[in-house]
Amino acid sequence: MGAGMAGLTTIEVSKAEAPPSLRRRFGLWWSWNWLGLLPFVLFIIAFQLMPALSIVVKSFQDLNGNFTLENVNSLNDPLILGAYWSSIKLSFLTALGGAFIGFFVAWGVTSGYFPKWIRSAILSFSGVASNFGGVPLAFAFVATIGQTGILTVALKSIGINLYPDFRLYSFNGLVIVYIYFQIPLMVLIMAPAFEGLRKEWSEASENLGASRFQYWRYVALPILFPSIAGTFALLFGNAFGAQATAFALIGGGGQYSVITLLVGSQFSSDTFNNPGIGNSLALGMIVVMVVTIFIYSFFRRMSSRWLKVGGE
Amino acid sequence: MSRSLLRFGWVRQVVLAVFFIAVALYFIIPLYATFRFSLQAKRGELGFTAYANVLQASDFAESFSLSLQTALLTILVSTLLIVPTAYWVQLKIPRARSLIEFFTLLPFVIPAVVLVFGLIRAYNGTGLTDSSRGIYTLMVGAYVTLSFPYVYRSVDNGLQSIKVRTLTEAAQSLGAGWFTILSRVIFPNVWVSIINGAFITFAIVMGEFTIASLLSQPTFGPYLYQLNSSKVYEPSALSLLSLGLTWLCIALIQLLGRRSGQSRTTVF
Repeated sequence: MGAGMAGLTTIEVSKAEAPPSLRRRFGLWWSWNWLGLLPFVLFIIAFQLMPALSIVVKSFQDLNGNFTLENVNSLNDPLILGAYWSSIKLSFLTALGGAFIGFFVAWGVTSGYFPKWIRSAILSFSGVASNFGGVPLAFAFVATIGQTGILTVALKSIGINLYPDFRLYSFNGLVIVYIYFQIPLMVLIMAPAFEGLRKEWSEASENLGASRFQYWRYVALPILFPSIAGTFALLFGNAFGAQATAFALIGGGGQYSVITLLVGSQFSSDTFNNPGIGNSLALGMIVVMVVTIFIYSFFRRMSSRWLKVGGE
Repeated sequence: MSRSLLRFGWVRQVVLAVFFIAVALYFIIPLYATFRFSLQAKRGELGFTAYANVLQASDFAESFSLSLQTALLTILVSTLLIVPTAYWVQLKIPRARSLIEFFTLLPFVIPAVVLVFGLIRAYNGTGLTDSSRGIYTLMVGAYVTLSFPYVYRSVDNGLQSIKVRTLTEAAQSLGAGWFTILSRVIFPNVWVSIINGAFITFAIVMGEFTIASLLSQPTFGPYLYQLNSSKVYEPSALSLLSLGLTWLCIALIQLLGRRSGQSRTTVF
C-alpha cells in the first residue's frame, strides 16, 4: 500500500511530461454509457464467445479437465489432415474460379457492356444466388448432372456419356456446385468497387497517352487489387465453412470428406475413439477462419483508402 | 451500349460474348433442369403433380410453420437487440462502433457447424441442452447472431441517414423518456432499414439446414433433405419453391430500397 501511494505522488509530480497513466487512460475511455451495450454484448458472449471459448479450452483438456496436448496431437491423422487439405483446396479453387469469373461479370455490369435491364437482372439474381446455398442448390445440381439429371440424359442422347467417369459426389462435383454461390458473391462485392473507379482516372490516363491496357495494368487493377484480394479471402472463408451443400451431396459418412462434414459427424458418432477430438477439429477450423478474416480486413482497410466499398 | 462496344476489337467481342453466354448457361441450366425434373412426377406426362403432393403433405406444413415461427422470432429478437444498440452507439459512444462491428462479424469467423458444436459442448448438462425448449432457444440464439451482420449494417446505415442527435434532443425537450424516444421516434424513422434486415434474416432462416439438423429440429431445411430419401421429384419442386421464397425476399428489399430512395444494401 505504501509503495502504491509513493508511486501516485511521483506521478503527480511528473504529470506534465509523463504520458497519461493506465488508470487515467481508462478514465478517459470509460463512461457509464457503455452499460447501454450490455444486452447486446451479453448475447454475443452467450451465443458466440462462450461456444468459441469452450472449444478452445476443451481442445487442451482431457476427460477429467486436466491439461493435455493429446487432442491437438491426434489431429495428425491421415483422414483428418486429408479432410483439412480437401477443404482448403476446395475453398481455394472455388474462390479462385468465383473471383475470376465474378470479376468479369462485375466489370460487365458496371462498364455499360450490358444493357440496363440485364444489368439490374444480374445484380438482383446475384443477391438471390449468393443466398442459394445448402440443400436446394445440391438438389438442383442432382437434377442437372446427377445420374438421371436433365443435362446428363440430354448429353447421352447426343453420344456424350458423363458417367461413370464423372461423379457429382466427388471433389470435382463439389467444385462445380460451390462456384454457383461464389460467383454471385464476388459480383455483389466487386460491382461497387468498379463503380468507385472514377471516370477522371481513365480520362487522365488517356490524355497522358496511355493505352487501354496500360490504364488497366497501371491504374485500375492496382486500385482494385485490395478489393479483389479481400473478396478472395471472403470467398475462401465462405466455402471453407459451408456444410449444408456438401452434406446434401455427400452425406455424413463416405470415403471422401471435407472438414465441415467431419466436425458434423462428431455430434452423433465417435469415429476417432476420443470425445475430445471434436473440439480440436473445430479449433482448427476457427484458426483457419481467423487467418482468413484477418487477411480480409487487412485488404479491406487498404481498399478503403481509394474506394468506398461495401455500401458504406 | 453500342458506343462502348466500339472500343473492343471484334475478336475480343466474340471472346467476351462466348464467355458471358457460358456463364449465363451455367446459372440458368440447373434452374431449368430442377424445374423440368419437378414436372415429371407423373409417368409419361409433364405436370404439377409433385407440387400438389408436396403442398398437401402434413409434415411439410408442420416443418414450414416451425421455420416461419423461428424466422419471425429471430427477426424480433435481433431487431430489439440491434436497434437500441446501434442507436446508443451513434448517440453516446461512437468510439464503440468498430468494436460492435467486430462483434457482428463474428458469425463469419465461426462457421455454423463449429458454432453448434461449441454451443452443445459449452452448455452441456444445463437446461439449454436437456430440454427441447432449451435446444430450441439455442437454435434461435444461433440464428439471431447469424442475422447480426446484415441487420446491424442495415440499421446503422439507416441511422446515419437521419439526424439521431437532433431527433433525440427534440423528443427530450418535449419530455419523452428513453422508451418513448426509441419506440415512437427512432423505430418509425428506421423502419425501412429494419424491414430490409428482416427480409434477409427471413431468407436465411427459412432455408437454414446445418444448425437445425445438428440440433435435430424438424424445420424446413432438414425436412427438404429427408424428403430426398423417400421421393424423387418432390425435392426438386420444394427446392424451387424455397428459391422462389428467397427471390421474393430480395425483390421486396430492392422494391423498398427504391421507394425510400435508400442506396442498395449490399451483403457485406
